[in-house]
This record gives sequence, structure tokens and C-alpha cells, in this order.
Amino acid sequence: MNFFSKLYYLLRKWIKAVQLYFVLAGPGLVVMIADNDAGGITTYAATGAKYGYNLIWFLLILIPVAYYVQEMTVRLGAVTKRGHAEAIFDGFGAFWGWFSLIDLIFLDWLTLVTEFVGMTSALGIFGIPGWLTVLGVVALMGMIVINGRYWTWEKIAMLFCALNLIYIPGAFMVHPAVSDILKNGLIPNLPGGLNGELFFILMANIGTTIAPWMLFFQQSSVVDKGLREKDIPWGKFDTLLGSILTVVVAIFIVIVTGTVLKGVNIDDAAQAAEQLMHTNHWVGTFMAIGLFDAGLLGAICISLASSWAFGEIFGWAHSLNQKIKEARWFYASYFFTLITAGLVVLIPGAPLVLITLFVQVIAVTLLPAALVFLILLLNDKKHMGEYCNTLWDNMVGGFIVLSIVILSSLYGISVLFPDLFR
Amino acid sequence: MTNTLKNFTRKIREINQRYSKPHIEMSPGVKIALLSLRVYLLFLVSLMVYKFITLLS
Repeated sequence: MNFFSKLYYLLRKWIKAVQLYFVLAGPGLVVMIADNDAGGITTYAATGAKYGYNLIWFLLILIPVAYYVQEMTVRLGAVTKRGHAEAIFDGFGAFWGWFSLIDLIFLDWLTLVTEFVGMTSALGIFGIPGWLTVLGVVALMGMIVINGRYWTWEKIAMLFCALNLIYIPGAFMVHPAVSDILKNGLIPNLPGGLNGELFFILMANIGTTIAPWMLFFQQSSVVDKGLREKDIPWGKFDTLLGSILTVVVAIFIVIVTGTVLKGVNIDDAAQAAEQLMHTNHWVGTFMAIGLFDAGLLGAICISLASSWAFGEIFGWAHSLNQKIKEARWFYASYFFTLITAGLVVLIPGAPLVLITLFVQVIAVTLLPAALVFLILLLNDKKHMGEYCNTLWDNMVGGFIVLSIVILSSLYGISVLFPDLFR
Repeated sequence: MTNTLKNFTRKIREINQRYSKPHIEMSPGVKIALLSLRVYLLFLVSLMVYKFITLLS
């Protein structure tokens, strides 16, 4: 009897923990899965097509990298109750604040354009014209936010996150050789040696895993959700789960293209989807749906990251818990960013390739600054108290930040001067 | 329109005033980090300007 009562107590405890997690889950999962945006899907598809399963081990390394960086935003948001933009203004003064805010707004807008490029090309495969995609996306995203509740927005975003898992059944449908995945993918190796091309792909994978908007988005999201210090362990768990899921999805994309399109030169994910359709109609369809979903998730988060940052600094009401009437400027900036980015894609002959390259270069100017600010803010004992970075946090975080700064800078430089590393 | 612009300028001034002083403790480590960041950004901007000029020529 004693055993059964203990078992019952344990079960109740677990159920309560799961229920509590579902209440607190969101920011970490959404930001991490949205990290697999249209640009990310293209990078993973190209990685698989070029190097097969050989770089799966490298993607696995990116789990702790993404986790350690993003969990710092959870602590910072939960303790200070301020978004990242406001924290930078307050911590480092107006100069660094304006630098970060203007850079972020510009970068977010350009990234949003690339998300629309991904979404229009994905639905273009099914014959849907670009204008209809843009119109539909703006209407859908409008409906998601105007209900005036953060909770509803978050749960809808999580539904789209679930759709991102579509690549997993896609990978099973192409029947990859599991032994090859284990043999070639899990043992660290550099296919063909460390040459310029491989270096470019490795840097692109890092660049898609940590993007500046993610830091701003997750911290603001934690604040808008109202997470408190006692929720930090759950916020961390949410972030860990998100970082595992995002890499799992990336690995399955690599498996799909590594199995079917190995040796094919992939320029974008829509092209990969079309090529896959020739071999297996459903896998190609899944790839296209996944690409649209990735673009949509990216757009949902990126447009909000900008509006939150604007609201924090200009002192406007900036919560999804407020109705349009109460937070007019917040929603105005949200729709302005969204509509203008969508319209750019519809301009005939718009320099979309140049925009895509420009995103990577601008990101390099913002990412190191945002990461350095993050580490410094987490070491501010006055504001962070007991949640301040420990020596171990600083060693791990510092190493990761330094590596990202060096590699993303090299990536940005290689975009500017493509022949330098080749 | 002029009013909106005036309001906007006033708001920017207000923000600059509110955040005129950094609130983080300016230890030597923080100062070094911020200085390195300035040098890094200057280097990147110079590279972009160089690229832009070579593209034009």
C-alpha cells in the first residue's frame, strides 16, 4: 500500500510538473524553432546536398552553443523585466543603444524580406502567385496578434513550430541508410579537408543558428510572458528543448538532401523542394510546406522583435496583452515592417540576392555587439544579484561568444570578398 | 506633419537624456570590451566602404 501511495504521489508530481511546463513553455521553443527560418532551411539543404551526412556531428555541437547563448536572455529578462534593447540603452548609454536599435531594425527588416522570398518561392511551387502569398501572410499574422493576448499568440506560434517537424517523416520516406548516418555523420570529420568551401558552409551553419534578432526576441518574449525569477529553471529547460529540436530538424533536412540530392548544387530551399519532387513527390511537397512554415515562423518572430524593441525605447505600450487601441504604435510598427517587407518581394527586378547577402553582412555588425553586451549585462551584480554569471558560465559563454564573433566575422568578410577563402 | 516631427525629435532628446549615462559599472574589463567593440566595428565599416568603392570603380 505504501508503495502504491508513493507511486501515486510521484505520478501526481510529474503530471503537475508537465502541466506547469506547458504553462511556462514558449519563448525558448518558439525562438529556437523559428531559428530554422527560410535562410536556415536553405543552408541545411545545401549542407546535405554538398557533404551528405558528413557534417551532422557539427550540427550536434550547435545544441550547447545555441542553448548557452539563449539561456542568458532568459535570466536577464526574468530578473530585470526589461527587453534586450532597453537593457543595452540602460546599461551602456544612448550611443550603444541607438547603434543596436537602428542596426536591429534595419537587419530585421532585411531578414523579413528574405522570409517573404522563402514563403513566396515555396508556395510558388504549388502555383500560388506571390501577391496572394504576401496578402495571405499579412492577413494571417494580423489575425494572430490582434486578439490581444500573448498566450494565444504563443500557442498559435507553437502550432507552426510543430509543423516544422514535417521534415522528420520526410527523411524516413527517402529511406536513408542508418549505418551510413551513424558511420559518416556522428564521427567528427572534415570531408575533403578544411578548404574554403567547407569553411563557408560551417560558418553559414553557425550564422543561421545564432542570429541577433533571437537575443532581442527571447528576452522581450520572457518579459511579455511575465516570467519571474522562480520560473528561470523552466525557461532554461524550454530553451534546451528548443535548441535540441531545432538541431534535430536541421539534421533531418540534411538527411533528406544528403540521401536524395547528394552532389547537386543547391542555391535555395525552393530549388531543393522542386528537385526532390522529381524523385519523391511527397518529400518535395513536405520540403516546400516546411520552407513556407519556416519563413512564416521567422516572420512572426522577427517583426515582433522589432516592435518590442521600439516600444521599450520609445516608451510606447508594447505588449501582445494589449489591444490595438491601447498599443497603437506597437501594432503600427509591426504591420509597417511586415507590409513593406512583403511589398519589396513583389517589386519586379528587386535585388533580392543582394538583400540576402546584405543580411549576412549587417548581422556581423550587430551580433558581436549584442553578444558582448549580453555577457557584460549578465556580469552586472547590481541588477542580476544571485542570477549573475558564475565563473563557469563566463568561461563557457565567453568561449562560445568569442568563437561566434570570430567565425561570424570571417563569414561576413567571406560574403564581402568571396574569393578570399576559396 | 510638422507637429509629429517635432514630437518625434522631442522624444529622441528625451531618450538621449534618460540614457545619457551608462548604468553598468565601468570596470576596466567593461571598458576594454567596449573599446575593442568600437575598433572591431570601425574595421568592419572600413571593409564595407572599401568594398563599396571597389564595386563602383
